[in-house]
Amino acid sequence: MTQPAKIRVPEPVSPLPDAKPTVVTHSAVRTFLRGRGNSAVADATFRGLVFLCALSIFGIVVLIAWELISRSQLTLAKFGIGFFFRSAWDPVNNNFGAWPFIYGTLMSSFLALLISVPFALGVAIFLTEMCPKWLRAPLSFLTELLAAIPSVVYGLWAIFVLIPLLRDHVNPMLMFTLGWTGLFTPPNAGYSMLAAGVVLAIMILPIISSLTREVMTSVPMVQREGVLALGATRWEMIRIGVLRNARIGIVGAIILGLGRALGETMAVTMVIGNRPEIVKSLLAPGYTMASVLANEFSEATSDMYLSALIEIGLALFLVTIVVNACARLLVWMVTRGAPARVA
Amino acid sequence: MGVGIEVSDLNAWYGTNHTLKDIQLNIPANHATALIGPSGCGKSTFVRCLNRMHETNPIARVTGKVLINDVDIYAEASPVEIRRRVGMVFQRPNPFPTMSIYDNVASGLKLNGFRNRRVLDEVVERSLRQSALWEEVKDELKKKSGASLSGGQQQRLCIARALAVDPEVLLMDEPASALDPVSTAKIEDLIFELKSQYTIVIVTHNMQQAARVAENTGFFLMGKLVEFDSTHKIFTNPSDKRTEDYITGRFG
Amino acid sequence: MASQSMRPPLRASRVNVFSRRIKSGLVGGLAVLATIAVIVPLIAILLYLLKQGVTSLNWNFFTKIPVPAGESGGGMENAIVGSGVILALASLIGIPLGIGAGIYLAEYGRDRRMGNIVRFTADVLNGVPSIVMGIAIYALIVLPQKHFSAFAGGVVLGVMMVPTVTRTTEEMLRMVPHAIREAALGLGVPAWRSALTITLRTASAGIVTGCMLAFARVAGETAPLLFTAFGNAFQSTSLNEPIAALPLQIFVYAVSPYDEWHRLAWAGALVLIVLIIASVALVRYVVSRGTLKGAS
Repeated sequence: MTQPAKIRVPEPVSPLPDAKPTVVTHSAVRTFLRGRGNSAVADATFRGLVFLCALSIFGIVVLIAWELISRSQLTLAKFGIGFFFRSAWDPVNNNFGAWPFIYGTLMSSFLALLISVPFALGVAIFLTEMCPKWLRAPLSFLTELLAAIPSVVYGLWAIFVLIPLLRDHVNPMLMFTLGWTGLFTPPNAGYSMLAAGVVLAIMILPIISSLTREVMTSVPMVQREGVLALGATRWEMIRIGVLRNARIGIVGAIILGLGRALGETMAVTMVIGNRPEIVKSLLAPGYTMASVLANEFSEATSDMYLSALIEIGLALFLVTIVVNACARLLVWMVTRGAPARVA
Repeated sequence: MGVGIEVSDLNAWYGTNHTLKDIQLNIPANHATALIGPSGCGKSTFVRCLNRMHETNPIARVTGKVLINDVDIYAEASPVEIRRRVGMVFQRPNPFPTMSIYDNVASGLKLNGFRNRRVLDEVVERSLRQSALWEEVKDELKKKSGASLSGGQQQRLCIARALAVDPEVLLMDEPASALDPVSTAKIEDLIFELKSQYTIVIVTHNMQQAARVAENTGFFLMGKLVEFDSTHKIFTNPSDKRTEDYITGRFG
Repeated sequence: MASQSMRPPLRASRVNVFSRRIKSGLVGGLAVLATIAVIVPLIAILLYLLKQGVTSLNWNFFTKIPVPAGESGGGMENAIVGSGVILALASLIGIPLGIGAGIYLAEYGRDRRMGNIVRFTADVLNGVPSIVMGIAIYALIVLPQKHFSAFAGGVVLGVMMVPTVTRTTEEMLRMVPHAIREAALGLGVPAWRSALTITLRTASAGIVTGCMLAFARVAGETAPLLFTAFGNAFQSTSLNEPIAALPLQIFVYAVSPYDEWHRLAWAGALVLIVLIIASVALVRYVVSRGTLKGAS
């Protein structure tokens, strides 16, 4: 057996004489610290305080629900659930039915999704899988900007740019080519369901796009590499390696966009024409739940009127909560709770 | 002056993982004691039990007795009070990045409410001298941030920060493993000088380092303390075969 | 037999690969087109806003209050001041609550059931339409007081800030490395002190910019103010009276028939946009640098 290498142990050396410690500060420091004691009370108080702050979030939700439910009792009692399926809006005679607004909200949001989802997915695919590195930051900055522009500014732009554009150029073409469907018939005032759908599409696109990107980037690289190694083209790699895995999250992103569209108020109010009628043509004006609230709330003269409006608000509240909760759950399932900075 | 540490029947768990088994150990005062052993043997866990850092992990559990200067740190005092008396230097230097060098060293005192400016100045200078950093930073104490120093300097800053609260015991968990050889040599010199004033426990992977610096050495293996004796004896004539196998490089 | 059955797949696969490649290129092209179709109009919108706003912005805008329709020389000074008052109150409410909740989530609520529920609720609250928030605060404050007020406006915007500030604070605090917290613990610093003066301070740059972002977002909100602050044609700073606000004024002017008022609306929009761009850029900058200043 070979002799294992021995560790050379130096002979113990007496320690070097150290600098004379200031004895006064030694014990002063120690005495001070010794007297500081336990911080258990302060810790518990602090923890309690921040916990209360966290509870305030629940408090806010409960508060909103409480106010909405308690103040809409009048119309809840008078019309029951039928309130949402009647078409009437006659404050003078206290006859209320919210169906035109519900239809308007659904139609405008549906239009918005129809227009924006293909573009949002395209942008997301481009930015995640195809974009050169130097271009990625400025482009994603631009999309983030899009999401942050206030609703009223979009509305302002829509009134002076989008409506004339639609009225003078796009709508005539639509009437000419697709008028036979009944969806694009005169009158062509510009202020229309179509305009609302387009503005909403622009507004929800960055949300769907960013969230889709987040979901797509959370798919691990190994998935992509595995598919590529089998000889897939780039699109096949995206489709099989990424989209298929992120499917659920992308659906969640779309639903989140829907949630935003349902509640969007100012821009829609400024372009939709504010007429509580259900017409087949998309070029005709319409009305959404959020818009009627914006326009008529401060002029509600009677208690019944107010109650009807608040009941619409309650419906909007419940619907958006459910839609958003589902959306967040779906996204969370793919990204495992990574922080969602998209509001 | 440093104090002795008496450990009896110490057991520790991470969740269901029994990391330390029945440790009995007497660490003498004013000496440097090295703890060696292969990765995962529990030496870091042991050291973290000495200043009650182990229990900051929610799934961690400790039983047993640890007497520091005849005070059972688990029974008679709160973790916060213990940690003021037992200082710790970590493997990777971790100075507070938003604070200046001065504030870093003084943080143990200032964050506990100490206000006396004059005494703080003295303490900061003393600690930086003790950790052999004073000459290098004395002109920029308040201007430079703690994180802008080099790796070796940061670690000496952390040592100064630990010394500023005048602990009775100084725990060092592989303090030089993330540093270059020059800084490592400086840190080892430091420990050599400090051990006359404090009780030092140093965890190390580097057996030569243990041999250079410590009077006593303990060998840990799979959660158990296999052997504890003077450094000289451990490295030249160990009593246990497992110790000999480790020393000669047969494993770990 | 074996060699015969091998031939057709080889030929088919060559054609197959070709068509797959075409498809891939097509989809790629569509993605690029989609991006262009989005980015170009966006830049066009921004440039149009800038152009309209810059030509309308002048000294009067910031110093004069509105004049009757048809006259020129009015400004939005009362709206700017009004927004300032409302936003100050909103920040006083929203920022402390939000940071507190964020601290809870980051320090005490990680991977815990309660923490997850709070986090989820905050995200869901973010999605509640702002007009619904306005209605709730209207019912809570305006109805009992029987008048609109800047106070109500401040409360509704403050409440809207809470979920955003909470989430960004939590995110920033999570980015503080564990080693820093351990260092503080090892020194015997009490947990509450460590959370405030070490962890919070290390993440402070990020938290501040997160608050800025929340601020900029509520600064542009119109709907909730429609029946809380309500708007005011005159100068007012009292919390107990209706007050003007920039986005409210923009709305009123935009839907009006007067060119002069349209001009003012554009100028106001520009001010809002500049505020937004500044905060988004700042947040990105801080996040990209990381929360550790001067980290080696």
